[in-house]
Amino acid sequence: MAHLTMGAEGLRSVPALLARNASQFGASPAYREKEYGIWQSWTWAETAKEVEALALGLLNLGVNEGDFIAIIGRNRPYLYWSMVAAQSVGAIPVPLYQDAVAEEMEYVLDHCGARFAIVSDQEQVDKVIEVQDRLHQFEHMIYLDPRGLRKYDHRRLHQFSHVQNQGRAAYDEYINDLQARTARLDYDSTCVMLYTSGTTGKPKGVVLSNRNIIETAKASSDFDHLRADDEVLAYLPMAWVGDFIFSIGQAYWTGFCVNCPESPETMMTDLREIAPSYYFAPPRVFETQLTQIMIRMEDSGAFKKKTFDYFMDHARKVGPAILDGHPVSTLDRLKYKLGEVMVYGPLKNALGFSNVRVGYTAGEAIGPEIFDFYRSLGINLKQLYGQTEASVFITQQPDGEVRSDTVGVPSPGVEIRIAENGEVFYRSPGVFVEYYKNAESTADTKDPEGWVATGDAGFIEEATGHLRIIDRAKDVGAMADGAMFAPKYVENKLKFYPNILEAVVFGAGRDRCCAFINIDLTAVGNWAERNNIAYASYQELAGHKQVLDTIQAHIEEVNASVAQDEMLSGCQVHRFLVLHKELDADDGELTRTRKVRRKIIGEKFEDLVNALYDGSTSVYTETEVTYEDGRKGKIKATLEIRDAKVVAATPQRMAAE
Amino acid sequence: MKDTEGYVTADGRQIGGTLMEMRNITLRFGGVVAIQDISFDIREGEVRAIIGPNGAGKSSMLNVISGFYTPSEGEVWYKGAKRPPMKPFEVARQGVARTFQNIALFEGMTVLDNVMTGRLTHMNAGIASQALWWGKARDEEMENREKVERVIDFLEIQNIRKTPVGRLPYGLKKRVELARALAAEPSLLLLDEPMAGMNVEEKEDMSRFILDVNDEFGTTICLIEHDMGVVMDLSDRVVVMDYGKKIGDGTPDEVRNNQDVIDAYLGVPH
Repeated sequence: MAHLTMGAEGLRSVPALLARNASQFGASPAYREKEYGIWQSWTWAETAKEVEALALGLLNLGVNEGDFIAIIGRNRPYLYWSMVAAQSVGAIPVPLYQDAVAEEMEYVLDHCGARFAIVSDQEQVDKVIEVQDRLHQFEHMIYLDPRGLRKYDHRRLHQFSHVQNQGRAAYDEYINDLQARTARLDYDSTCVMLYTSGTTGKPKGVVLSNRNIIETAKASSDFDHLRADDEVLAYLPMAWVGDFIFSIGQAYWTGFCVNCPESPETMMTDLREIAPSYYFAPPRVFETQLTQIMIRMEDSGAFKKKTFDYFMDHARKVGPAILDGHPVSTLDRLKYKLGEVMVYGPLKNALGFSNVRVGYTAGEAIGPEIFDFYRSLGINLKQLYGQTEASVFITQQPDGEVRSDTVGVPSPGVEIRIAENGEVFYRSPGVFVEYYKNAESTADTKDPEGWVATGDAGFIEEATGHLRIIDRAKDVGAMADGAMFAPKYVENKLKFYPNILEAVVFGAGRDRCCAFINIDLTAVGNWAERNNIAYASYQELAGHKQVLDTIQAHIEEVNASVAQDEMLSGCQVHRFLVLHKELDADDGELTRTRKVRRKIIGEKFEDLVNALYDGSTSVYTETEVTYEDGRKGKIKATLEIRDAKVVAATPQRMAAE
Repeated sequence: MKDTEGYVTADGRQIGGTLMEMRNITLRFGGVVAIQDISFDIREGEVRAIIGPNGAGKSSMLNVISGFYTPSEGEVWYKGAKRPPMKPFEVARQGVARTFQNIALFEGMTVLDNVMTGRLTHMNAGIASQALWWGKARDEEMENREKVERVIDFLEIQNIRKTPVGRLPYGLKKRVELARALAAEPSLLLLDEPMAGMNVEEKEDMSRFILDVNDEFGTTICLIEHDMGVVMDLSDRVVVMDYGKKIGDGTPDEVRNNQDVIDAYLGVPH
């Protein structure tokens, strides 16, 4: 790494990094994209030329320093070049989500006052044209794919390659200006502006400086020993901060190659062909892949299935230990080696994970068995915790200290502080400059000393120093005795059991926690079928004694695990019942994205909640349900309430209360 | 109608001179007269539709154009010359490609291989060279593969490139057929009911592709279609047939207001 830090003075912007890469790794690949069935590739030297031509073309179109250039489209090398070309001329790239509707784009384009947009194809051109009349400042649009655009009015519309050609033709006129502008970029100039997805209110433009991006890229690349010969597959939205850090920040810092898939549909095939060494995916992707493998294994022949099961059992036993470098007996190691040849190797190859050295997942909690499955195969899958405002990295798991229930130790250069209400604060060189044109929100989020509120509640494990995230800070409550009440934390633990579809934990302001459980009809139904248990409906299965026994066992296991956390031991589930109906968005019990609406459920099933707390062993209830055609009906049921064993531990009172 | 100057369409496209002309075509099968004394022309760069109720003789007409049937009477003029009776493959070599009403793909072969067959008329390496995959055969294969890949990219079927056609849903098979026809780089593309059996979304996709093909490659297209909405939106000029006779010819608007056409579709006693 020593050679990389040399000449640090010159490396204060992404274009400066590009110039270094072009001279240092000139002949090694910087970008690949599958097009026309072949991986087309560009070396760093070629990339520098392409970016320069585009930057000259942008000057030719009249881009000023400080202008915003919107970039809209799927991951393509041309659009990554556009970002760097924009930076080279002193403009600020603003990548947008390509699936945003025209109105959302209008808000963002208007908010940042973009004068230019570089977009991928006709679909995006149409969206921008739809709103451009309402944008007083908007001037020119550049598109990549000319298909279907021949007949459009080209006074303010330009084809990407033409802009580059014009730039090359005007080389002598503009090259001095371009070099001067690039040279003026320093550590505090804006590198990129990213809009947060805005689940609450309007999207906010997060301004990230060169310092934020380069310092973060440097620290995180060192943390995982990223190398110039690494390969990544860029398939997550370009407007997402993670893609910017992986595909621009780290790629330009270490000089590795960014591979772009042919189309979103071919992503899995392209992944297999590239076999990235550095990979990121949200938990959902890993989950889907695992499900597909399992389904295909169920359909395979008896011998294959037996071999798979046998070696996967072994992998689960010793795989993670081998990966973490813990001592494992020679016999087990030999058996694991055999498994590598028979099962793990081919499986990893089919998944495209043969070469993964560093893999990350983040965004939401990942089920332990999913996480362990990949790790047991020898894939170094880790978790990180981050935010746009932090230039991604807040905490991440070092090699050898990986667990599914933590998000790791503070990333290099990051300081973490837990506020009295449990909210996690951080301070780092990656902390964003400001929300664009929104001083009020900036002040709310970032205090004068540079501490930023994450909005998440968590705590640091004393033994290991790892951060554990519990819930959104605003969802964390207190129990009657003041102990912390984090329902989602417990619910997530419960939901990791395949038999449990949904769980709703109550306890805010009460002396103990109780829970509603929804069984997963597919998983439990499957089990019932195999054990010759006849049932006619969800309700009947939900009330079956053996099902209740199983659920009770799950809850007791969760209680034992919750009890290990001093702060949260009060959240153990004392009593539970299995609901007589599935929670449903049509009945208003879940949101459309399948999140539990705890308050509404608490009000709707008040009789059941009361029964949980008054000590009765069964309760009769009637519930109104909405059928899919809109008709209403009633379900009547007598539900059994059970006590679950809890593990004794003194709940720690929080100082603030 | 006999001028060769061409015309400009409503959306501003320049249509060229006559590419193909049917002169007084009559087609008989024994005593059945499938086509009776029909004349019309197809101009370079236009989208020409042939419509008509069931049994009107549309597919027979298309088969005459593609050389599958030899007309009993009348002449086919193509690129300014009278076309002698030809086998379909000879017609294909002249730059006429087609798709079929009921899909005719090689079900066991991959999409890629199917589309490659469309390049057959452009390959002429010897059998020895082919067998050894050496020299000319190799160069040809690479060149043709590149052309095929451009068509695959154009029709957005990259994700099914290596999938056997038999496993594809109907709408995609239709698209693969179009791809194979396009791979031949035809000057005249014949589409026999390209939208038959499709749902609304598939129809929209297919319409967009047909317009894009016409726009991007300047390919002349002659299509048969039942869906009147589609025909009226897509085509520049329409020939209407009923019981083997031509009952209308003109722009979609002209045809729409033609009393004979309305009668043929709504049904009046003949």
